[in-house]
Amino acid sequence: MLERTLAEQRQDLRAGEYSSVELTENYLTQIDACQQLNAFITVSDAALEHARAADTQIAAGADKTLLGIPIAHKDIFCQQSVRTTAGSRMLDNFISPYDATVVARLDAAGAISLGKTNMDEFAMGSSNESSYYGPVRNPWNTDRVPGGSSGGSAAAVAARLCSAATGTDTGGSIRQPAAFCGITGIKPTYGRVSRWGIIAYASSLDQAGPMARTAEDCAILLSEMAAHDPRDSTSATRPGDDYTTGLEKPIAGLKIGICTEHMHGLDDAVRKIVDDSLAELTAQGCEVREISLPNTHLAIPAYYIIAPAECSANLSRYDGVRFGYRCEDPTDLDDLYQRSRSEGFGDEVKSRIMVGAFALSAGYYDAYYRKAQQIRRLIKNDYIAAFDDVDVILGPTTPGPAFKLGEVSQDKTAMYLQDIYTISANLAGLPAISVPAGFVDDMPIGVQFTGEYFAETRLLNVAHQFQQATSWHQRRPGDAA
Amino acid sequence: MEVTEKVVRDVAALAQLRVKAGETAGLAAGMKNILDLAEQMQSVETDGVEPVSNPLDATQIMRTDEVTESDQRERFQAIAPETEGAHYLVPRVIE
Amino acid sequence: MSSQWEVVIGLEIHAQLSTRSKIFSGASTSFGAEPNSQACAIDLGLPGVLPVVNEAVYPKAIAFGLAVGADIGRRSAFDRKNYFYPDLPKGYQITQMDEPIVLGGSVDITCKDGSSKTVRITRAHLEEDAGKSVHEDFHGCTGIDLNRAGTPLLEIVSEPDMASAEEAVAYARTIHQLISYLSVSDGNLSQGNMRCDANVSIRRTGDDKLGTRTEIKNVNSFRFLEQAINYEIERQIEVIENGGSITQETRLYDPDRDETRSMRSKETAMDYRYFPEPDLLPVVIDEAYIDAVSDAMPELPAEKKARYIEELKLPEADAVILAGDLDLATYFETCLTTSGDAVQSANWVKGELLANLKRADLAPAESPLSPKQLGTIIARIKDGTISGKIAKAVFTALWEGETDSVDAYISDQGLEQVSETSELEPIIDQIIADNPKQVAQFKSGKTKLLGFFVGQVMKQTGGKANPKQVNDLVVAKLG
Repeated sequence: MLERTLAEQRQDLRAGEYSSVELTENYLTQIDACQQLNAFITVSDAALEHARAADTQIAAGADKTLLGIPIAHKDIFCQQSVRTTAGSRMLDNFISPYDATVVARLDAAGAISLGKTNMDEFAMGSSNESSYYGPVRNPWNTDRVPGGSSGGSAAAVAARLCSAATGTDTGGSIRQPAAFCGITGIKPTYGRVSRWGIIAYASSLDQAGPMARTAEDCAILLSEMAAHDPRDSTSATRPGDDYTTGLEKPIAGLKIGICTEHMHGLDDAVRKIVDDSLAELTAQGCEVREISLPNTHLAIPAYYIIAPAECSANLSRYDGVRFGYRCEDPTDLDDLYQRSRSEGFGDEVKSRIMVGAFALSAGYYDAYYRKAQQIRRLIKNDYIAAFDDVDVILGPTTPGPAFKLGEVSQDKTAMYLQDIYTISANLAGLPAISVPAGFVDDMPIGVQFTGEYFAETRLLNVAHQFQQATSWHQRRPGDAA
Repeated sequence: MEVTEKVVRDVAALAQLRVKAGETAGLAAGMKNILDLAEQMQSVETDGVEPVSNPLDATQIMRTDEVTESDQRERFQAIAPETEGAHYLVPRVIE
Repeated sequence: MSSQWEVVIGLEIHAQLSTRSKIFSGASTSFGAEPNSQACAIDLGLPGVLPVVNEAVYPKAIAFGLAVGADIGRRSAFDRKNYFYPDLPKGYQITQMDEPIVLGGSVDITCKDGSSKTVRITRAHLEEDAGKSVHEDFHGCTGIDLNRAGTPLLEIVSEPDMASAEEAVAYARTIHQLISYLSVSDGNLSQGNMRCDANVSIRRTGDDKLGTRTEIKNVNSFRFLEQAINYEIERQIEVIENGGSITQETRLYDPDRDETRSMRSKETAMDYRYFPEPDLLPVVIDEAYIDAVSDAMPELPAEKKARYIEELKLPEADAVILAGDLDLATYFETCLTTSGDAVQSANWVKGELLANLKRADLAPAESPLSPKQLGTIIARIKDGTISGKIAKAVFTALWEGETDSVDAYISDQGLEQVSETSELEPIIDQIIADNPKQVAQFKSGKTKLLGFFVGQVMKQTGGKANPKQVNDLVVAKLG
């Protein structure tokens, strides 16, 4: 039953093929068996109890979209009465007094929470190697990283430890791990999903989204996650949608853009996968156009100023006073702050706070932070111009397959460049989805579709049609490549 | 961009991070890494370009002026490291 | 202070806006609650929380801006001001740096010598208040109460246009009156509704370069403001005359010792690293919105005072008292609609009424005697029903709740003035007959004795005789 997609499991539960309790038990057993993946920080001890309640409701004919479906939440979503750590020692003892809107909405839709997944500390990273709780391993090859920062969620979905999971994406943290783990993940338009209750990294870039094995599963989850939330001032005012209704639409005539700059210098094996994917789409009647995003080479520099700057302020609240880690026997106020923060935060977090504080400091603000926000406007404008000619942009999600643990973490620049294809969508606030599209070195490779503002329906439609014609998303870790 | 030890110490003070003597070099290198990367931004002219603060360029929706929160002190202070007499405690602050 | 020194003072006034809930959260702003009982998740800066703007702060800020003739920002936005302090939960304050809601403006102040001076306002912006630190009760630690964190503030920044402590206080009082008048703030200084920071510097008279300034923070009474500034001026003069120089620093005023002292924690200049608040969006205000605020504004103190003097012909001193307090002015104006006599209404309101209110520590709106009732008393004096003296007794009776109707009381107690000649004449004749000595003295030139006869008649009638009538009749009879 763990092989069934979420959409199939829904039907199965309603048809009485098995119960939510059985499904949940199976997942919990599998989680236990796969501890070496280290995908979970906290496993829920209330899951079976909730599954029992769900079964009662199913029997009574209740009609909630995710009733009885076991999912996992990235440990960046505050969950009431549950330990919520953001992968950090700073919040190791933080029992959240409230629910994130995403958690509350999925609960209300009937989903069962299996636990909180591992992640790069405070969402800063592309390999899940910076977590206080140890690295997550890629289920396809445990010597390799699952990607980050939503590495735990990606690994959990790929290893069949849950039906689906939630993630967040600030520079690619849903899409890149989805690509590395051979699953599907979508970062919606900025503001589409409420940020209330999501532990903030970079406020103008963070966005939550679903991670699952198929585009259809992602559509089901996103439909429950997407809504205007008055508690989030940056939340889009337009109401959410039922993203499953547009999945079956034929994509003939859709104009697909290929970005010249992104294809330049691409690894041959990855290029072949992008080309093959394109061929699949043209076979379905899509047209191909070349487009240019001339400022895209500035996306990484701009991101690595903006995100640290915003995070340096967002993480100032971690001071040992009202919650979280506090150092022992502080001698004075400065000692309290400095030791609590230096002991509570890991190296990558401290490094980004330093860069961020510097970029905002007197004399440097204009050259760094302001300049980066202007570059962001140029990148946004490039996309708007491109979307005059095309409906959707196709490209690689990552430069290559998942790398080995420890291989890249010492070379910071190489680590930052992992995000090269994903980051621009965050800067512009555009929606983008990664789907499995092939293998390199027996490791999954994903391709990414980027769409216009609030075009999640179209993106999920293209992804779904791609998945109807291909079977990459059906491969499992352990299968021959 | 030169990242000196003084720069590291000054920024650490602003960010309330303690930097041990042996750590400054590493932090300086990390900062320099990113700041060098950021130098690439100077290659493009941006005079008159409106910075992006919110990707949707939207405007604020307001909240009605009414009290919607009740007293939840006990719940919130249950997770606090140190409290006394309903106050959060910190080492003595001298003004 | 000798005339070789000039003083330059600017004030930053933090006025708490009188909204029900906080500027970025739905927690209550009421004063005096149990510590941390009004600090919600947003106010505490818990992980994952986000601010949402309270709509009620804008009409208040805009009303202030209109009242001082400032420009209203059609587009305003919030910024983060970053620094660490235990009463600042997020480690940054949400404020307005680049795009404040109010820019420019001015107020006129009246100095002790009666002259008028214009003080310019640089800007006024919205921001959130911080919590409170308690140093005394926690055995060597400091206790933090975050009830106040998130209370909306309007920070009003003046140009350095004031030249003395007295002018600074006059400005602070003018601002205080204005914000109370406009219901922008409750204006209760003892509750911390309005706090002043004073920037003080000195220079030799004639020097056009500004001296180094110090900032005296968080003064919450006019008296302390005056004392603090005067102390600081003296201190700075002494430092320079002894060959030293002024350090730019923040100082606190200690009222017990009447001195300012340096704040240890803010010795080095702090880099606040302002940047636009990414969790909030810019606020756009159109003409219609501003017009609506303008229409809802009450007549301002200066306009009211002028109207009282020019149209109602009140003496300036009375106009100042009445126009200075909106509640008192409202009481006066309502009383006037019933009494029809502005001067008399002014006399009674600023006299008898105000004295009684002060004694009982009541606000005009709490007066047991309503303005219409007072107006009726005045009307009854004017129409001769009662004398002025009796009127005071009626006032007291209503104040003490012995009755709630002026006319019923007058008639039940038989207080009507006696004005009928036919009633008065026999009494007057009797007095004249009983006092031949005084009659003779009066007739021989001691005209002051008229008061004696009138007084006797008043005594005989229990104060109810119409004094003017008696006066005329006695004069007629005695010649």
